[in-house]
Amino acid sequence: MIRDITLGQYYPAKSVLHELDPRVKLAATLIFVVSLFVAKGPVGYALATVFLGIVIRLSKVPFRFMTKGLKSIVMLLMITVVFNLFLLDGDVVFWHFGFLRITDRGIRTAVMVGIRLIYLILGSSVMTLTTTPNDLTDGLEKLLSPLKKIHVPVHDMSMMMSIALRFIPILLEETDKIMKAQIARGADFESGNLIQKAKAMIPLLVPLFFSALRRAMDLALAMEARCYHGGEGRTKMKPLKYESKDRTAYAVIWIYLAAMIVIGYGRQIYGWIPFI
Amino acid sequence: MIRAEKLTFDYAKTNEEGNVESWKRAVDGVDLEVRSGEFIAILGHNGSGKSTLAKHINAILLPTEGTLWVDGMDTKDEDKLWDIRQDAGMVFQNPDNQIIGTVVEEDVGFGPENLGVPTDEIWERVEESLKAVGMLKYRKHSPNRLSGGQKQRVAIAGVMAMHPRCIVLDEPTAMLDPHGRKSVIRTVQKLNREEQITVILITHYMEEVIEADRVIVMDDGKVVMQGTPREIFSQVDRLKELRLDVPQATLVAYELQKKGFPLRNGILSNEELVEELCQLKSKM
Repeated sequence: MIRDITLGQYYPAKSVLHELDPRVKLAATLIFVVSLFVAKGPVGYALATVFLGIVIRLSKVPFRFMTKGLKSIVMLLMITVVFNLFLLDGDVVFWHFGFLRITDRGIRTAVMVGIRLIYLILGSSVMTLTTTPNDLTDGLEKLLSPLKKIHVPVHDMSMMMSIALRFIPILLEETDKIMKAQIARGADFESGNLIQKAKAMIPLLVPLFFSALRRAMDLALAMEARCYHGGEGRTKMKPLKYESKDRTAYAVIWIYLAAMIVIGYGRQIYGWIPFI
Repeated sequence: MIRAEKLTFDYAKTNEEGNVESWKRAVDGVDLEVRSGEFIAILGHNGSGKSTLAKHINAILLPTEGTLWVDGMDTKDEDKLWDIRQDAGMVFQNPDNQIIGTVVEEDVGFGPENLGVPTDEIWERVEESLKAVGMLKYRKHSPNRLSGGQKQRVAIAGVMAMHPRCIVLDEPTAMLDPHGRKSVIRTVQKLNREEQITVILITHYMEEVIEADRVIVMDDGKVVMQGTPREIFSQVDRLKELRLDVPQATLVAYELQKKGFPLRNGILSNEELVEELCQLKSKM
């Protein structure tokens, strides 16, 4: 089903991660991404793997949902890995042909970059799978609320974002429907060169835009009918409040980052790496 | 509860440059009185002005001429706009285009959030409204995974959570399958009976009208017939003139009458028809 795309798709379950404050999860994702870039050497990556493994386990989301997100970056992953593998110079050359060569550094970098990319997607998937898009935008709204003072319409932006997220699957399904309808009438989306293919998209895009606009109008009407009048005087069904488990989570993620930094840069700073 | 006096609404037809070409009268001098707790059905074929009338009750449209009062509040009074919208909730036709939340309970909470209801009370209201429409066990689900009928029930719960006294449903079942249609109508009837919610149901399915207290038939912006379902459906010829269907049982009875069988007027359901035919048979 096209409605089951992972991006912005929430997996309902009862877990510690689902109940954490979205601000914690946003910050933690950011910190995890940073940690992947300070990671150096097998120990660092091992720690990241263990950490990610525990987090995925805690989330109670089946692993296959995480890997769905990976499919979209397969091409990017292949390209980066292949380029790193064949083009990097190193001390030990295992194989070479013209400008292509496989070296020890090449292998190491390719593996590292590959793991980094995969973990990046997995880490952010964990966040989007355990956080409803509404929570996510709520979290962002709250994190960015200081910007309200300089007249940035934070509430309106977060409302637009959550509506966009809600309608992505619906519009995708509609695209699918229109496409099939056009194919049934003899439209050809497959063959031809790039320009012909682009031209073939017009009969798809025009009805799609039409219906998106009509939906937007309907939705605006429905929102007004339910007394929506901007962010002022609005209360929250799920106000964001830090609880003890959120503070614990913050502590855990900061300790994790500190460990990663020590492992990654310990040698440069202190001249030794602990645990090895 | 709701009172309309000489309600008239014109909308402009514009040409391609956006200039007004002509005015079309969608609602034409409608007088209407709805009492608290009533179940009203509004019938009419496409373009009869029934949806336009419905949008006036929620103050989405304002009358060109005439006045509409909701609970004594004039819909033209801008200060009362949000009170009117809270008092008279509205459910629309397309279930996908009126659900704002990405989780069922968040959508139901949307209305109360806008009204500034305190957090604890929002939760109570969400739970109570989801229970009232029989969707409590889906509260954590994504609306995308629900069927059309379930989505409409969530939309009704979303309106109920605002504690309205009246719900206006604008062809809520037009995009549903027969099963979903039944579940939505049953929910509406239950709310009317148990919570004393005034219901104004706009539809073109005759089967949904049978249980209403009063039926209003519109044609060309005017109210042309008004009465109990039995009164309305005993005038099969008049309804046909207005390009409206009648319930199947009524139609069969009508055709039998024309063939000379002495059946009574205004048969609405299959059960009534069967009973009537049995009586007829025992007399013969």
